[in-house]
Amino acid sequence: MSVKKFVVGCFDDEKTLFPAVKSSRKEGYKIHDVYTPFPVHGLDHAMGLRETSLHTAGFIYAITGTTTALSFMSWVFTKDWPMNIGGKPHLPLPAFIPIIFELTVLCAAVGMVLTFCYLSQLAPFVKKDHFHLRATDDLFVMPIEVTEKTNLEEVKAFLQNAGAVEVFEKEAETGWWVGRYDSDKKMFEKEEIVTA
Amino acid sequence: MSLLKYESQVREPLVDGSKTYHDVTEDICKPVEAAPSRLWWIGFIISVALLLFGVVSLYEEVVYGTGMWNLNKTVGWGWDITNFVWWVGIGHAGTLISAILLLFRQGWRTGVNRAAEAMTIFAVICAGQFPIWHMGRVWMAFFVMPYPNTRGPLWVNFNSPLLWDVFAISTYFTVSLLFWYSGLIPDMATLRDRAKKKWAKLFYGVASFGWTGSTKHWQRHESLSLVLAGLSTPLVLSVHTIVSFDFATSVIPGWHTTIFPPYFVAGAIFSGFAMVQTLMLVTRKVMHLEDYITISHIENMNKVIVLTGSIVGCAYLTELFMAWYSAVKYEQDVFFKYRIAGPYGWSYWLMMTCNVITPQLFWSKKLRRNIAFTFLMSVVVNIGMWFERFVIIVSSLYRDYLPSSWSVYYRPTIWEVGFYLGSFGLFFTCYFLFSKYFPVIAIAEIKHILKKSGESFKEAMDPLEAQTVEEFAHDHVHAH
Repeated sequence: MSVKKFVVGCFDDEKTLFPAVKSSRKEGYKIHDVYTPFPVHGLDHAMGLRETSLHTAGFIYAITGTTTALSFMSWVFTKDWPMNIGGKPHLPLPAFIPIIFELTVLCAAVGMVLTFCYLSQLAPFVKKDHFHLRATDDLFVMPIEVTEKTNLEEVKAFLQNAGAVEVFEKEAETGWWVGRYDSDKKMFEKEEIVTA
Repeated sequence: MSLLKYESQVREPLVDGSKTYHDVTEDICKPVEAAPSRLWWIGFIISVALLLFGVVSLYEEVVYGTGMWNLNKTVGWGWDITNFVWWVGIGHAGTLISAILLLFRQGWRTGVNRAAEAMTIFAVICAGQFPIWHMGRVWMAFFVMPYPNTRGPLWVNFNSPLLWDVFAISTYFTVSLLFWYSGLIPDMATLRDRAKKKWAKLFYGVASFGWTGSTKHWQRHESLSLVLAGLSTPLVLSVHTIVSFDFATSVIPGWHTTIFPPYFVAGAIFSGFAMVQTLMLVTRKVMHLEDYITISHIENMNKVIVLTGSIVGCAYLTELFMAWYSAVKYEQDVFFKYRIAGPYGWSYWLMMTCNVITPQLFWSKKLRRNIAFTFLMSVVVNIGMWFERFVIIVSSLYRDYLPSSWSVYYRPTIWEVGFYLGSFGLFFTCYFLFSKYFPVIAIAEIKHILKKSGESFKEAMDPLEAQTVEEFAHDHVHAH
């Protein structure tokens, strides 16, 4: 967690956003992130982000569920408490299919959602700095990180030329903290005790 | 770039009117941010009253036992299990719309998926009540969980379809909830960033999990939605398949048939879409969302209804044919003496009329696009589907192999009816709260398709459409 300084360019159309992302990268500006109100297809590639491997994690969770269900039921019916039900086999694989399937799906879904929340730092009472409130409404917000080599005026002029409808400077926390959106107080900070 | 957004002019726009991204946000958030209307309060109070009646009915059942219901020697499953299957069936449309239609790339799902998924979750909650309270000693309900216990340890029977149901329904509920909520997070963030009141900032702040809209997060979100859709697609088919196993794996004439799984799944989609229609037609009118849930959305759902209704009708006729063709006396008696005729014959013909005959009217395009008729039909279909489950359960049970135990005519007590009404109360209380405090339409998803399928953006394609192929190629094909 650290506070950094950014020059923020806001765009109101994908048509101007894509060339802006492309030319910022060409100019060598460090794009911190692009905040969009909806998933813009192709933006991740334009920004040079790698593909997510969340689905691979999902596959691993899924086979974990499969093996858990299969091995547990087999253990119960053959080792722990074998029951003779009308002389039927102790290991009735076809009868195990429904539960094996359900547990596969359950583990994959729960595991993936938890992984998604962990990777994207999403949880109740997580608070982050937002660059623009309209980033969840109709603006595509692109903060460019300011380093000691950055010429502020040059970056601003560049963003304006690229078609940004709004350009401003902002200092922002890049991490997350425990907090609420109705107050600026941090939940873990001690309140000052005022004594008379 | 613009060509990638091209969609055939033959398709009707999915969003009517010339909207900007901001208009979409406004239209969908406004009813959430406004004070609840008088109509909302009336509906909400009626729902809560029904819910309370359900609580009283359950109190009677828990304190005095299942004897408070009119279940008897042969009709051991009556209204309770009928209601269970009915609600589970209704709970199938949401995941079908959000998962299967996502995989099939059906753009029109975006207008209705959020509310349909919410409906799914509430319907599954209602469904789950029936087998749980049917246990009688409900404080022992946890016995269905396979946990190491002091009874041996004696495990649950993993071969039993009733146990498969426990796993299927709880998995279905969990996965639907996760799917629904992961889609809600970005829209909750939209409401959070617009919130003016203190409680709204707190509530939507907590509910949006600190969502920022970062590109990387969206990339993961897309991957998550796609995989969850892929998982939910077989899941939704498995759930009603397993519910049908409750019947099909038993050796009871009228239940013991191999066509039950596909027949139940089709019936579930049929009744689920009918319930979506009932709710959507009211929601779009009351919340002024006619631009997002258009007539073409309604027509599409009616097409699904006529398709699945015909599959169900086909299954009814197949059952009759197989009963005759099997040459089994018991099977034939159940279908030809106790179902079509006999004291419960009226329910069979009510089911046939509501599920097979009347939905055929939807072959007419004019009727498919008629709102009042659609609303009427959506209610008729759900009445029919309730009677389908009633016919399957009661008419197979009331005369078993031993004529001496043939029961008297089964009619429910007030507490059985009260439990059913209570589940309506629970369902609509949840739905009213949802429609007031949550965005009923997936805002981000509408924005995603807006420039492809919004009316004004489609109009911009008209000059392109008028071009000949040669002109089009001349203008747009470049040598790379």
